Amino acid sequence: MSLFSVFNVAGSAMSAQSQRLNVVASNLANADSATSSTGQVYKAKQVVFSAVPVNGAEATGVKVSQVVEDKSPPKMMYDPKSPLADEKGYVAMPNVNVVEEMVNMISASRSYQTNVDTMNAAKSMLQKTLTIGQ
Amino acid sequence: MIGKFDNNMQFQEVALRLREQRQQVLASNIANADTPNYKARDFNFSQAMQHALAPSGANAAELSTTNPAHLSAGSGAVVGGVPLQYRAIRQGSVDGNTVDMDVERNQFTDNALRYEASLTMISGQIKNLLAAIQG
Repeated sequence: MSLFSVFNVAGSAMSAQSQRLNVVASNLANADSATSSTGQVYKAKQVVFSAVPVNGAEATGVKVSQVVEDKSPPKMMYDPKSPLADEKGYVAMPNVNVVEEMVNMISASRSYQTNVDTMNAAKSMLQKTLTIGQ
Repeated sequence: MIGKFDNNMQFQEVALRLREQRQQVLASNIANADTPNYKARDFNFSQAMQHALAPSGANAAELSTTNPAHLSAGSGAVVGGVPLQYRAIRQGSVDGNTVDMDVERNQFTDNALRYEASLTMISGQIKNLLAAIQG
């Protein structure tokens, strides 16, 4: 039954998209964290998707192949009162682009919804198949 | 006698099997809508149907492989005897992904409805047979 692998395909896409949403949440939460647990300034993270065969050649799922850190330089904010300020009075702030993250969040949640719909369609098709001859 | 029942339902059975496989291919396209460099794929349903319904041996164009070292004629993925093809690009994207969600959703819904139509028809055939048996 090929329809059962639709569940695997859509499920893999759902977990990949929810991981993307997780990363977005982490970036947004830390948009104003001047320092992280490592003592360094927080760097924005992004997930990288790659296609993986599920079973056979025709079914292709998704997995998160890696989580990369944004290489762009930290934003320098002038705040001489802060204990983290350098000798010129600047504090390094995370390189999170809040607008970009919001767009990423909407895109991830829409893709997640689409895959839920795919799964529901496969489910109703299978249920109808069970009623053959009744 | 069983052979006659079998022939009676073979058409719809083949159609259901191929619709199922196509649903899987379309679900893969939808799942990979955000994957960089993923190319959307599909197969020609009517060709697959003709290939599946042709009596065995009718497809003389296929190469026979008599040695495991022989290469098969079709190098790519095959569904129901026909090759999986890449969809023609309508609007390219920067990351090399060719999934067009409008096309995929359209085909996905169309395929699901036609699957249900086949189910209805095979149920109708079974009901006809039952009516013939029970009078």
